[in-house]
Amino acid sequence: MRLSYPTSIKIIRVPCTGKVDILHIMRSFEKGADGVYVVGCREGDCHYNSGNFRARKRVEQAQQLLDTIGIGGHRVRMCNLSSSDGPLFVKYAQEMHEKILEAGPNPIKLAKKKAKAA
Amino acid sequence: MIVADKKPIEEIIETIKDHQSILVLGCNECVTVCEAGGKKEVGILASALRMHFLQQGREVNIAERTLERQCDHEYLEEIRDIIDDYDAVVSIACGVGVQFMAEKYQSKPIYPGVNTLFMGVTEARGVWTERCQGCGQCILASTGGICPVSRCAKRIFNGPCGGSASGKCEVDKELECGWQLIIDRLKALGRMDDYENISPLKDWSTDRAGGPRKVVREDVEL
Repeated sequence: MRLSYPTSIKIIRVPCTGKVDILHIMRSFEKGADGVYVVGCREGDCHYNSGNFRARKRVEQAQQLLDTIGIGGHRVRMCNLSSSDGPLFVKYAQEMHEKILEAGPNPIKLAKKKAKAA
Repeated sequence: MIVADKKPIEEIIETIKDHQSILVLGCNECVTVCEAGGKKEVGILASALRMHFLQQGREVNIAERTLERQCDHEYLEEIRDIIDDYDAVVSIACGVGVQFMAEKYQSKPIYPGVNTLFMGVTEARGVWTERCQGCGQCILASTGGICPVSRCAKRIFNGPCGGSASGKCEVDKELECGWQLIIDRLKALGRMDDYENISPLKDWSTDRAGGPRKVVREDVEL
């Protein structure tokens, strides 16, 4: 298919999205990520039965927490697709890329720069 | 185990906002099992606090540490060397741990990061329910292993009361009547004769009514 997706996206592979914890999402933002999206198998298709459902819940919790501390929960998203859904993978990547361009850079990155300059 | 629930982060931020260096201290025991105050929760809280203060233009030092327990001298001693590096501690252990920390480190402000609720069980993932109120005089032998002190809203000893309907308590329609549970269990055990025995008045002096309690065991004392 040789589809291309935005170069701003860095892929971190996990054995199952059930492995993704809120802590991983929080640390990503602390380290300067502008957004995080978790791409799991389609709902009902998880090889471990509930991994992607757990991931969805954790994404929702991370959204709440990020909203509370002022980073913005809209920077996190859960997506579902099957491993053969190349075009959908690209679609999600583009959507996320555009969403983050709209949201602007992670405020933590700017705050860290300011703190260093001071 | 002792069951606790996370405090809203806004409340924690409000209590610690004037400090510049804070230690977030977790506990590896009960609060880890009920997912409120273990190592993972320490990481999440510390990360959220760091980002919050950075957003406010303040680089606050938020450190993370989790002790095996916060209710024993030997584990609390592990932080004696580092405690002076911090202005304050947010302990996400149960109320027991927070208090023992405060007793041990008199000059250090200690703030609770969880709301401690009860002694209970994990009924299902994410569901914890109360089982014991530590009344100091266990009567489970005569009630089929179900406690009327913790499971009955009125803590009555010769129940059920008139508020029990279809096995539910009048306090909450979702709440099971403790005495219905006791009767069902005694029936299953073939011990309904025990139900006929009238319980005498309970001596509540071993409960909280007698003030804070203490156990001294000379056989294990050093």
